[in-house]
Amino acid sequence: MGAGKIRKYSELLRSGATTSVKLTEEYLGKIEVLNPEINAYVAVNAEKALRAAKAADERIARGEGDALTGIPFAIKDNIATKGEETTCCSRILKGYKPTYDATVYEKLCAHGAVVLGKNNMDEFAMGSSTETSCYGAAYNPHNRGYVPGGSSGGGAAAVAAGIATYALGSDTGGSIRQPAAFCGVVGLKPTYGAVSRYGLIAYGSSLDQIGPIAASVEDAAIVFDAIKGADKRDQTSSGGTEPTADKLDGNVKGLRIGIAEEYFDGISEDTLKAVRKAIDFYAEAGAEIVKVSLPMLKDALPVYYIIACAEASSNLGRYDGIRYGYRAAHYDDVNDMVMRTRSEGFGREVKRRIMLGTYVLSSGYFDAYYKKALRLRESIVTAFAGIFEKCDVLIAPVAPTTAFPLNYTADNMIETYMSDICTVPVNIAGLPAISLPCGKDGKGLPVGMQIIGKKFDELTVLRTAEAFERAALVDVALDMGVTL
Amino acid sequence: MKSDYKLVIGLETHVELQTKSKIFCSCPTAFGAEPNTHCCPVCTGEPGSLPILNKEVLAYAIRAGLATNCKISKITHLDRKNYVYPDLPKAYQISQFDEPICVGGYVELASGKRIRINHIHVEEDAGKLVHEDGYTYIDYNRGGVPLIEIVSEPDITDIAEAREYMEKLQITMRHIGVSDCKMQEGSMRCDVNISVHKEGEPFGTRTEIKNMNSLSFMEKALAYEYSRQCDVLDSGEKVIQETRRYNEGTQTTESMRSKEDAQDYRYFPEPDILTVEVSDEFVDAIQASMPELPDVLGKRYVEEYGLGTTEAELIVKYKKIADFFNACAREGSPKLAANLILGQIFRGMQTEEEKEAFELKITPSQLAALVKLQDEGKINAQIARQTLQKMLAEGKDASAYLTAEDLAGVDDSAIDKLCAEAVASNARAVNDYKNGKLQAIKALVGYVMKATRGKADAAAVESKLIALIGG
Repeated sequence: MGAGKIRKYSELLRSGATTSVKLTEEYLGKIEVLNPEINAYVAVNAEKALRAAKAADERIARGEGDALTGIPFAIKDNIATKGEETTCCSRILKGYKPTYDATVYEKLCAHGAVVLGKNNMDEFAMGSSTETSCYGAAYNPHNRGYVPGGSSGGGAAAVAAGIATYALGSDTGGSIRQPAAFCGVVGLKPTYGAVSRYGLIAYGSSLDQIGPIAASVEDAAIVFDAIKGADKRDQTSSGGTEPTADKLDGNVKGLRIGIAEEYFDGISEDTLKAVRKAIDFYAEAGAEIVKVSLPMLKDALPVYYIIACAEASSNLGRYDGIRYGYRAAHYDDVNDMVMRTRSEGFGREVKRRIMLGTYVLSSGYFDAYYKKALRLRESIVTAFAGIFEKCDVLIAPVAPTTAFPLNYTADNMIETYMSDICTVPVNIAGLPAISLPCGKDGKGLPVGMQIIGKKFDELTVLRTAEAFERAALVDVALDMGVTL
Repeated sequence: MKSDYKLVIGLETHVELQTKSKIFCSCPTAFGAEPNTHCCPVCTGEPGSLPILNKEVLAYAIRAGLATNCKISKITHLDRKNYVYPDLPKAYQISQFDEPICVGGYVELASGKRIRINHIHVEEDAGKLVHEDGYTYIDYNRGGVPLIEIVSEPDITDIAEAREYMEKLQITMRHIGVSDCKMQEGSMRCDVNISVHKEGEPFGTRTEIKNMNSLSFMEKALAYEYSRQCDVLDSGEKVIQETRRYNEGTQTTESMRSKEDAQDYRYFPEPDILTVEVSDEFVDAIQASMPELPDVLGKRYVEEYGLGTTEAELIVKYKKIADFFNACAREGSPKLAANLILGQIFRGMQTEEEKEAFELKITPSQLAALVKLQDEGKINAQIARQTLQKMLAEGKDASAYLTAEDLAGVDDSAIDKLCAEAVASNARAVNDYKNGKLQAIKALVGYVMKATRGKADAAAVESKLIALIGG
């Protein structure tokens, strides 16, 4: 059962070998030791966690609950939890306590899961390094001189460091998959709409999707099964609730795996080698490797940045200091208050994207940028649909390189934007994709590979990933020197 | 010369829909609640909340479209209109930009002239700022209340037409049950676009006057603005394209912002709401449930019920009166029912609000029962009127007030006998009448009426008497 934790812990809880309260206390203890090192959590609510653990133990004692009951997890700081500060790691939302719970959180609570706290992230999920957080950067547990990736870097770091069994992240252009790859864990970005966005503080509404970051493919599947399904509070949500976790059988015989060479342009040597090796594994295991072509992949990056920034410029307009969050201390009148609040409350990267988005939606530029991006988006959707007539999944790298060194991003903005090239196409087309470890580079940093599937076909994506994981060709497990 | 300038007006009319719940959540739309009690995370635009389109709102907008001869779009979507104002909690209003629900209709005025409608779109209302004790408070109860905006073409060429168009919309929207259109409560308001030009010349530069909340203010604002624009042109200057507001105190319009300062709303498709495909079945079902429109109703009153045009118009003008009348008319004798409703009930109502509300203690059936007695000749008009007054005061059935004697009726032979008596015992009046003093007949009628204690039909008695005298 390899790196998977959920079933292992669940069996321990059911056998009486331990309790959720003990497990939770151990996690809280580890957080106390390790979090100062990696800054993966920006808020921990021990009291609430122990209360939930106690309730979970009672359920288990009654023979109720399921694999997630009593298991501690963490949640990204952009997912609303009632009465608890939810800030998107932005100064502008300091002090904001939602009056409601996000659907995904409600669902996990209904399973009896135990939330430990909120994970660090790039401000408003804008970034790939978790360095733009107002709480300071998070660090890669594999090497603290490197970033954990982003924007869900806190969650990926927490899972990698063993201070959360799993974490809920969000992925607008790669924000689950890239940090999972950088931290050597599994990250699933579900089909757009498969998981309700109700309670996910919006960045790019037509791209955002919540998904699990976990220690194994099976863990990711268990969490995905628990959070997915149409929600009447999110009109863009759809899809069923059929479980996937019990259908991971390791069999890839006859599976058609597409390889689009365009994904492999400009990819570093170590990453190329690891991903190619994984593809060889599938060929040997009986999968059919199909060469496909995605020439429009080069359009994906500008399309992504135009659409995401346009939507962000509108979504972030509401942070004016009037109703909640940060308000400038000194101002002359209402307009001045809004201006000062926004100037002081948002960080540089967020301001940059609001300005970009405002520009592309402005009259006179709308057609040349936003409208054109929408047209190209359609052609990308069509191209993927065509490709999935020839294959069942695509395999690609997650990022051109392994984790960047700290402080690299700020001086290499364009390069960092460019590094999203492998992850953004999936968001544009609304497809599901998983990131899982497939090796290490020369510095010992994890390399991730990406498996992309058809809309609402998470099952095939997860089965394909699990087959590789089951073959146990890769060991990126981490020993942070604190054991349970 | 002012009279040389032609006036061109286009109206954008906002109508608040009376759906039970708001456009994007299930909060109630009711007016007048304690501030911020009809609110949820969606109304206040809390981060992470999402709008869910209330299909009922589209159904109401389609009703409005069908009533104004619009085409209903097969595909429609919502857009974000981005602007910053404290009453707008998301910093964007969810509205419709390039694929509105209804397009290309018209409203026909009494003259037969058609005012074309460019489109009707749905959108959410904003909250309300309340200024008190030097502070500004925000009430988000109204935030998310559904509106339609009915946008006319610039087809209106005088102020009276503008009023007629607005009244026509008001009456129509009330009849089809989409809105109470109370301008004083803000459930109907309009922005007017106005320009002037000389005959044969292209349209002049227009100004927009925002947020007119009464028809008389609208008329005054239009009159002032017409005169102002004429003066500007006559003095050799140019009208500036700008947004103006009407100042009720000075009865003038004043500049709010010029075109250069105009907002760039950065419209784009609302990603949180899916594009809606409007099925033919959906539209057909709405069409089938449409009541008779005011014009058709009024015509039917005249042609089928024999009402006068003025009477018919008066009834149609007030939706609740028309409803009451329709219910009565279904039970028979519409003409008599109309007489009582307009003559007795309507006349007793002083204000427009009373007429619009038309709150009565009696039901249409109770009135119909009374009308039936009159129609069958069991009681005469006078008793019917007297009885109705009592019914209106206490809400009881007519039978509670009518005595056996009232209801006994007077048979024709008795009337004939009394008429003969009247002629025999009033020789002087008979003579006067024969000598051309026609008024004298009233004395004879009075005799019969007195003898029957007012139960006889005075008009019928008069005819009989005249026949007897042989005049």
